[in-house]
Amino acid sequence: MTLDSKIPEGPIEKKWDNHRFNLKLVNPANKRKYHIIVVGTGLAGSSAAASLAELGYNITSLCYHESPRRAHSIAAQGGINAPKNYTNDGDSIYRLFYDTVKGGDYRAREANVYRLAQVSGSIIDQCVAQGVPFAREYGGLLDNRSFGGAQVSRTFYARGQTGQQLLLGAYSALCRQINAGTVKFYDRREMLDLVVVDGQARGIIARNLVDGTLEVYPADAVVLATGGYGNTFFLSTMAKASNATAAWRAYKRGAFFANPCFTQIHPTCIPVSGNYQSKLTLMSESLRNDGRIWVPKKKNDTRRAKDIPENERDYYLERLYPSFGNLVPRDVASRRAKEMCDNGYGVGSTGQAVYLDFANAIERNGKEWIKEKYGNLFDIYHEITAEDPYKTPMRIYPAVHYTMGGIWVDYNLMSTVPGLYVLGEANFSDHGANRLGASALMQGLADGYFIIPYTIGDYLASTTFKPVKTDDAAFKDAQADVQKKIEQLISIKGNRTVDDIHRQLGKITWDYVGMARNREGLKRALEEIPKLREEFWQDVKIVGSVESLNNELEKAGRVADFIELGELLAQDALHREESCGGHFREEYQTEEGEAKRDDNNFCNVSAWEFAGEGKKPNLHREQLTFEYVKPSQRSYK
Amino acid sequence: MNKKTNLLNSSVGRKFLMGATGLFLCSFLVIHLSGNLLLFKNDGGIAFDAYSEFMATNLLIRTIEIGLFAGFLAHIIFGAWLWLDNRRARPQRYEINKASDSSTLASRTTFLTGSIVFIFLVVHLNTFFVPTRILGIELSMYDLVVEAFKNPVYDAFYVIAIALLGYHLRHGFQSAFQTFGIRGQKYLMLVNIVALIFWLIIPIGYISMPLYFLWAHLSGVN
Amino acid sequence: MNFILKAWRQKNGNDKGMFVAYSAHDISPDASFLEMLDVLNDELVKKGEEPIAFDHDCREGICGSCGLMINGRAHGPQRGIATCELRMRSFKDGSSIVVEPWRAAAFPVIKDLVVDRSSFDRIMEAGGFISVKTGGSPDANAIPIPKSISEEAMDAAACIGCGACVAACKNSSAMLFVGAKVSHLALLPQGRSERTERVEHMIAQMDEEGFGGCSNTYACEAECPKEISVVHIARLNREYLRAKLV
Repeated sequence: MTLDSKIPEGPIEKKWDNHRFNLKLVNPANKRKYHIIVVGTGLAGSSAAASLAELGYNITSLCYHESPRRAHSIAAQGGINAPKNYTNDGDSIYRLFYDTVKGGDYRAREANVYRLAQVSGSIIDQCVAQGVPFAREYGGLLDNRSFGGAQVSRTFYARGQTGQQLLLGAYSALCRQINAGTVKFYDRREMLDLVVVDGQARGIIARNLVDGTLEVYPADAVVLATGGYGNTFFLSTMAKASNATAAWRAYKRGAFFANPCFTQIHPTCIPVSGNYQSKLTLMSESLRNDGRIWVPKKKNDTRRAKDIPENERDYYLERLYPSFGNLVPRDVASRRAKEMCDNGYGVGSTGQAVYLDFANAIERNGKEWIKEKYGNLFDIYHEITAEDPYKTPMRIYPAVHYTMGGIWVDYNLMSTVPGLYVLGEANFSDHGANRLGASALMQGLADGYFIIPYTIGDYLASTTFKPVKTDDAAFKDAQADVQKKIEQLISIKGNRTVDDIHRQLGKITWDYVGMARNREGLKRALEEIPKLREEFWQDVKIVGSVESLNNELEKAGRVADFIELGELLAQDALHREESCGGHFREEYQTEEGEAKRDDNNFCNVSAWEFAGEGKKPNLHREQLTFEYVKPSQRSYK
Repeated sequence: MNKKTNLLNSSVGRKFLMGATGLFLCSFLVIHLSGNLLLFKNDGGIAFDAYSEFMATNLLIRTIEIGLFAGFLAHIIFGAWLWLDNRRARPQRYEINKASDSSTLASRTTFLTGSIVFIFLVVHLNTFFVPTRILGIELSMYDLVVEAFKNPVYDAFYVIAIALLGYHLRHGFQSAFQTFGIRGQKYLMLVNIVALIFWLIIPIGYISMPLYFLWAHLSGVN
Repeated sequence: MNFILKAWRQKNGNDKGMFVAYSAHDISPDASFLEMLDVLNDELVKKGEEPIAFDHDCREGICGSCGLMINGRAHGPQRGIATCELRMRSFKDGSSIVVEPWRAAAFPVIKDLVVDRSSFDRIMEAGGFISVKTGGSPDANAIPIPKSISEEAMDAAACIGCGACVAACKNSSAMLFVGAKVSHLALLPQGRSERTERVEHMIAQMDEEGFGGCSNTYACEAECPKEISVVHIARLNREYLRAKLV
């Protein structure tokens, strides 16, 4: 099978317009005859379900949460980009496009990224019309800030809760459609399989998490908006329930998985403090604007921060990158912190942290100034660690934050299974090997509000659908498969808890497939993960029944998939013999220790095809061409 | 698909009615007290009896009185209705509930204080209203007051009930303004000052009567 | 640290339920309340007992999933935080802690400490939105909104829908939740055209769900993890009376 990205012809600024004109339309009166399932209710899922319902399609929406508003998009803090150029600082669609392609280290499709930049302005208009209370200036117009090292101020924000406000906006649009009867919504339902009939995605199997029944949902098309796979690492900034099961089951039904090794590590998180730790908390990147990062010059220095004199401190980012200093991109800052800790310079009881010190800023501008700017973050830090960051420096460490890889989709956001669309973080499409700050919200909403409503119509209008019933063999078989798997899990009755195994998977993936990877480590991971998989299926212990709310059973199904995905992640990382963006291979670095891309051999997307249980997946490649933004080496010296 | 309510079958509407009737009854407290202050005029009850006579016979007053009874009735019925609804909203109680950490006792006990005030009202009407207005017995209202307040048990009940009325208004008065949607820095101060008159000063006024007459009785002034 | 935990156990909606005492050992003072439950649950699973079910997700105080009545206080003894942000150092070593689910007719218990808060969703569906379709919205800067108004709308919009207001209220009233939403949309010019229908529909749905009325005790404000002000309830009342009387 050859991957056809279906990128339209024509100059880049005309591609989306031309494409929209060429897409087939569904007659308004016929739309309600088409039934579409949207899985997930985050930014992408809610906005897609609402927008498709507004068009007249018959929509079923599901999520495993108790309410659509709980989806993890809610936790995004920073903001959402749009090249409105309200600040008159020279922003444009082209500049946002350029920044995103470059920031993605030249591993994203130009056409997709350009379209993303094109529609992003409409997202802001849409959200304001819905009542999203973005920050404003005294004159009453919208405020913008510069974010994530961008040279223009194009980020719209609602305090530190931008994701929450955007999600509540999309959720309100969804609520309106549920009320109108155009969306049927089901809460506490987890998708456990995709049903493919004659090569087309025609429905899903979902488990009712309250009473355990397996439910069958037939449809003409299925849209997955189920988020990323960061929790493969156990500890991440993701919500506890965030998982890759829907995407992984789709992969096993024929959807290719692209670039799984492109994972993003965020440099400023509160470090791990003990074994009980269940998740990591992000401290906004903006802290690096005023905080200085340092470690002691002496190895294994156990003195308290304030007892270490100035001349015995190593402000390593300022030393290594004189011009960017503490503001180097996320991947660079993260890697350097790890390096310091690995070499014995780490601080705190675990030695797995570096200092982020505000003493200079406080001395310069006063405590009040800092309080006004970062008060909220300082409070969170204080709450979690019981340390006062106004007095002692913060301890920070990088943590898994976002996954750029995901289900492979074409320009229409359709996967390799006809009728299966994938939106938001769940797909691989727009961020290449590294995502810029304030771009995730933009992509989720672009996919849901402004892309899928156009592209799905073309598929529906040009496909003939044979009627399906829930008792057709394909549905029965899929349901039986899921049932079997659940029964198998619950009957193992071993000795290890699900979390215990998940933690171990997290340790393997973090150690060998984390911030810096090398051939040896990856091979090691590829030995250890299958062993862990075996152990899981022989020794996992799940109590409780299948027929009731059973968190352990839910987690077990997800961890089983994370183990498999973790293996693919390592495989992809091993195969990609270059460093780019969030994927850093120690063998491939410049003399200064920076990522060294190999554009001759790896200027492509690696898309993995499931080849059967226990078999090595088949690799397909989609060549990437850069006509507008010519690949260059990033430098922050 | 969408439902609407009319004012009386919505919880907010019923609260509005509670607030409105409550404030109306507060106005009665002012009038009732100001008239009763004539009790303190040292004329052997002549002015007070004349005032009582006027209140009992004036057509306008008698008409307003009907409104007053309707106000009491509505306040009591809607209060009880809301109380029942509110209890139904929490069929299972908490094992431990530290409500005092998050709200005042006055705000949580308006139904209880209101109920006691209601009992007081019945007793009070039975003492002063029933003999003169319903049974039509011809006697001096002043003498009736003097006689009733000679009983220390009656006085104690009176004082406690009025104190509870004050406690009821401690929450109730300002609460009505919240229910009317009048809240904000602009009004908060003003409402709190006026509230003080109702929950503290007026009850003191009322309480002074039985205390005064009991003192007078015991010290042989009367 | 060690604790005696008295937790509510209930198999499902039909079960009567009861308190069961557990002891939690060697808990780090830095652990969150939910992490303490994780540790305890891990032990229970190892012993072959069913773990205590509780809702949670983001564990950073924004998703609104978690919500426990801890020693008689919604989200525990500290103000302005959700249960997931509560750290065990807030408790005395060796103390006993009573954990209960939110109690309200409109929040039926599903299992143990998990309740069904879909009544909140139904209130939102009844009118918690501005009726705009995707596309065709005017430019975002077409309507200037005074900063003070937009900030106040944001104060209300910060609600995470956790239900602590209902749990803390002696009447299980949802007025702070509904007030926050109505207030957020009523403050903004975009939300004005539907203000009458919105407040009528949301109040009607709120009553139908079986939430109690507001007694203005303001326990909701005191227990709200986002410290949302009861000024928004006043605005809700105003909006409703305006819809009915004006």
